[in-house]
Amino acid sequence: MPSSAERALGVAVAASPALPRAALRARAGAAALPAASVAVAIVMALAWQFLPPLLGVPKYILPPLGDLVREMARMWRQENLLLHLVSTASMAAAGFVLGSAFGAVCGYALGLSALWERVLSPYILALQIAPKVAFAPLFIMWFGYNAMPKLLVTVLVVFFPILVNVLQAMKTADRDLVNLARAFSMRRGQIFAKVLFPASLPNLMAGLRIGATLAVIGVTVGELVGGESGLGYLISYGEGQANTAMVFDAIALLTAIGIVLYGLVAVTEARVLHYIPRPPMR
Amino acid sequence: MPHIPPAIDLDGVTRRFVRPGGAPLVAIELVSFSVAPGTFVAVVGPSGCGKSTLLNLVAGLDPPDEGTVRIGGAVVAGPSPQVAFMLQKDLLLPWRSIQRNVEFGLEARPGIRRAERRARAERELARCGLSAFAHHYPAQLSGGMRQRAALARTLAVAPGVILLDEPFSALDAITKLTLQQSFAETIHGAGVTALLITHDLMEAVAMADRVLVMSGRPGRIVEDIGLDLPDRGSPMARRRHARAHDYAARLFSTLRLDAAEAA
Ligand SMILES: Nc1ncnc2c1ncn2[C@@H]1O[C@H](COP(=O)(O)OP(=O)(O)OP(=O)(O)O)[C@@H](O)[C@H]1O
Ligand SMILES: [Mg+2]
Repeated sequence: MPSSAERALGVAVAASPALPRAALRARAGAAALPAASVAVAIVMALAWQFLPPLLGVPKYILPPLGDLVREMARMWRQENLLLHLVSTASMAAAGFVLGSAFGAVCGYALGLSALWERVLSPYILALQIAPKVAFAPLFIMWFGYNAMPKLLVTVLVVFFPILVNVLQAMKTADRDLVNLARAFSMRRGQIFAKVLFPASLPNLMAGLRIGATLAVIGVTVGELVGGESGLGYLISYGEGQANTAMVFDAIALLTAIGIVLYGLVAVTEARVLHYIPRPPMR
Repeated sequence: MPHIPPAIDLDGVTRRFVRPGGAPLVAIELVSFSVAPGTFVAVVGPSGCGKSTLLNLVAGLDPPDEGTVRIGGAVVAGPSPQVAFMLQKDLLLPWRSIQRNVEFGLEARPGIRRAERRARAERELARCGLSAFAHHYPAQLSGGMRQRAALARTLAVAPGVILLDEPFSALDAITKLTLQQSFAETIHGAGVTALLITHDLMEAVAMADRVLVMSGRPGRIVEDIGLDLPDRGSPMARRRHARAHDYAARLFSTLRLDAAEAA
């Protein structure tokens, strides 16, 4: 593996046709990384398929990969898998959107009012530390076995990282930048719209990234605790039936939902924060 | 600009900052001076003597505890559209193109339409030699170019008074010399009243019509030197005059004397 400095150099000279060897090496280096990742995946898949039987691990502990694929197909046909998948995905997305919106609004509001920020910050800290998923049974007692508890847990889980990130951005905003806007006779609303809000976007996006991963956790817990639909429900159902493959499959699909959500945030971030220069390659 | 730019008048200005659990910190004390319309005055002084504080008072960002600041005869009670300032940091908004950054100050002005904003920004970018970079983002420009873009933004609002707080101190020596030259030409050409804060005594002598020397904290004006030098508006030419070096030496000894007294 070339060092990162070498690779950066390789990239820099790749543009120049005068150095074909370096360019070739750079291209080979660029291709080597994904190839290595794929190789790791293949090795892992083969190991998963063949090692457990070889080592005598029973199927109900660690089903081979082939069983997982077969079980997935069975669930699709017999367990209404699509319905559960859609239910969980839409709940995660809805909770993510609502939680982010509330978190961002509260973050900006507190960021604009130093007084309220100081009054409320101990409670925010306490709530932030409290394990939000533990509220799930409480929400079920309040709202019953329907979509509400899942949604609320997800909203609550997503809310805090966004709130905290936005608030942080508002508190650490460059005072000279704000003074510049003031010197140009801008009003508070204009200063927010033209300086504070855009300056907070990197933090907001960082919060959204965390929120996207937490949303899946929130829905899963909500469904595990009290649900009759969704992948979390399938996990507890599969557990009851000692169907290990089902549990693995549900986990895989939950991960996939999380990856899609995270990917959407990452794509949005790349468009919104296009002005931030990317480091050449790490 | 054919009209006469405003004068700056400070009369017995004192600014104190409250320190938690201590005596208030007197940043500047009983500062009085006037800057005649269209002149360029430099302020030098030891670090922490209240130069930036002084600039904030003139910009209307901060109120004085005692005394009055006037611009064009009117008492300063807040930021004024006649005044624009510029700092050591370029303060360009990284998410805006250079063109849109130059338009920034105009967006708070009522009655200026988008087309006019754009036209004015283009004119200032041309004046600062940045037309080719109008659609670049700040991160794609060098430090010197960014500082020129900040000057274009400052000039775009057609201010009568320009306040400069160490605008060159983050630049390398050569960029600094070229920028001093282009800033001096542009600012003298625009016919505005300018107040420049700097640590660089030769820079003060090369660019200004007059230099004020401040004492260590609490900052007061201890010396007021009118510069009798030719080549106004051309720092490069001025630096070659022997008399410019005499002025710089005089400023240096004044500052050193003051430091010795304080010690
Ligand atoms: N907002 C503030 N609150 C409290 N103290 C302040 C504030 N602004 C400035 N001071 C204090 O006032 C004094 C003067 O500060 P100022 O920034 O004006 O100095 P300066 O002459 O510009 O220094 P430098 O040359 O290093 O830029 C310093 O001791 C500083 O700590
Ligand atoms: Mg300063």
